[in-house]
Amino acid sequence: MTLSKIALAMCCVGLMAGAAQAQEAGTLKKIKDTGVIALGNRESSVPFSFYDNQHNVVGYANDVAQAIVAEVKKELKMPNLKVTQTPITSQNRIPLLTNGTIDLECGSTTNNAERQKQAAFSNTFFVIGTRLLTKNDSGVKDFADLKGKNVVTTAGTTSERLLRKMNQDEKMGMNIISAKDHGEAANMLHIGRAVAFMMDDALLAGERAKFKDPKDYSIVGKPQSYEAYGCMLRKDDPAFKKLVDKAVADYQKSGQAQKDYAKWFQQPIKAISGEPNMDFPPSAEMAALWKAPNDNADVQGAAK
Amino acid sequence: MALGLDFSFFFQPVATGENTTYFGWVLSGLKLTLEVGLGGWIIALIVGSVLGVMRTIPNKWISGFAAAYVELFRNIPLLVQLFFWYYVAPDFLPESIRQWLFSLNPSNVSLLTGVIGLGLFTAARVCEQVRSGINSLPKGQKNAGLAMGLTLPQTYRFVLLPVAFRVVIPPITSEFVNIFKNSAVISTVNLLELTGQGKQLIDYTAHSYESFIVVTIAYMIINVAVLVLMRFIEAKTRLPGYIGGK
Repeated sequence: MTLSKIALAMCCVGLMAGAAQAQEAGTLKKIKDTGVIALGNRESSVPFSFYDNQHNVVGYANDVAQAIVAEVKKELKMPNLKVTQTPITSQNRIPLLTNGTIDLECGSTTNNAERQKQAAFSNTFFVIGTRLLTKNDSGVKDFADLKGKNVVTTAGTTSERLLRKMNQDEKMGMNIISAKDHGEAANMLHIGRAVAFMMDDALLAGERAKFKDPKDYSIVGKPQSYEAYGCMLRKDDPAFKKLVDKAVADYQKSGQAQKDYAKWFQQPIKAISGEPNMDFPPSAEMAALWKAPNDNADVQGAAK
Repeated sequence: MALGLDFSFFFQPVATGENTTYFGWVLSGLKLTLEVGLGGWIIALIVGSVLGVMRTIPNKWISGFAAAYVELFRNIPLLVQLFFWYYVAPDFLPESIRQWLFSLNPSNVSLLTGVIGLGLFTAARVCEQVRSGINSLPKGQKNAGLAMGLTLPQTYRFVLLPVAFRVVIPPITSEFVNIFKNSAVISTVNLLELTGQGKQLIDYTAHSYESFIVVTIAYMIINVAVLVLMRFIEAKTRLPGYIGGK
């Protein structure tokens, strides 16, 4: 009886897998046929992808997504194309993309070789370094100061891997908390359950801006990696990838990217209460990217 | 396999450089699920039995207290209760104890939260089953016990509870199975038990179907073991003339 149950469970899973594979007829065709483009967004990746006071999706990555949507509308000659937004997490973003729930995910997703086995990435729209957010009086100045301390990061992120690997390789004895999203991780830091929060520096600036006492916190430490954020789309879909890449490159070369950057990273964000200010000027890596748009996963940091 | 399933990654070393394989993650998750389930079950059985007896004794205040407990813990979703124990409850502790709690290994704090939360939640359900077990006995048994000169506690100890506990073994078995299934909720307060490890496997390997299949099988193994154990206990403690008795 137990065996037959297992067999039944496996069949169900198999059917789902089969359905997912049947989707591969090209995203543009799917969009044209259904009249809908399904975007994936993040709920608390300030200022890339998050909700404003009216619960609309906003943010720098959403601006990139809208530039891509505009290009899709032009290409398919469908000015009234419907856009849906689905909230996703670090953990379900790849399954939801491959099973066709979403067609394009612009949030805070790093383009890396491992993920390229499951998904394709657009031209890079942001370059970050992975660093630490900590309270000014915590005594943490760099990663070496974390020995034996509680450190929080977000589950399923590159930072989590780097942090665990560092803990193992350098015998640091850290207790690593893997929070389910950036908001929860920041809260862990704020209430004192962790002394530092390791994450992409731009996201750290976003979380800090949400605190009621942002001046008490600093972003410290030598970046452990530089990473390229791209919009994620399904693999083996060259037509859609080409369109998306062109849209991102045009967005960056036209100067719109710089304007939107200033709007989200250097001015108070009007869209959310408290009007937080990220205070995060563009890095040398960002300037280089705007000059030469590309989809390289391996970013060479200027500081290295 | 025709479905394109590939389980070989389970035997590869994990990407974080820890000295284990991905299957090792499943095993450590299994161990935590068992710890949380058994720890929670011990709390649930003790607290639930006491409350169940309290609900049946002829004292308005005591039975009222137990009834209030049941209403409170049964009507709030388990997830909310766990969030309460994990996020809100520490704020009510004195500052020094709170600092000490936060300096502990966070996974032990999650484990403690999970065991307490799950135990107290399940206790409300066990309480109702113990109560219904006691109430299902003929009234005459209690009266006979008292008429024999036994005190009320003695009546419970020697007459009512030995029978009532046998009667409620089947519903108690489902609670025992439920506690392992409910333990999956603890992954939301950052405990890497089976479900948490399953999510982590997907993060690290992107083999979502294989990971969930293995996690599902692990849960089934736990629950089949619980069922077999409880059937055995039931058979051993069976009383002629009562449920399941011959």
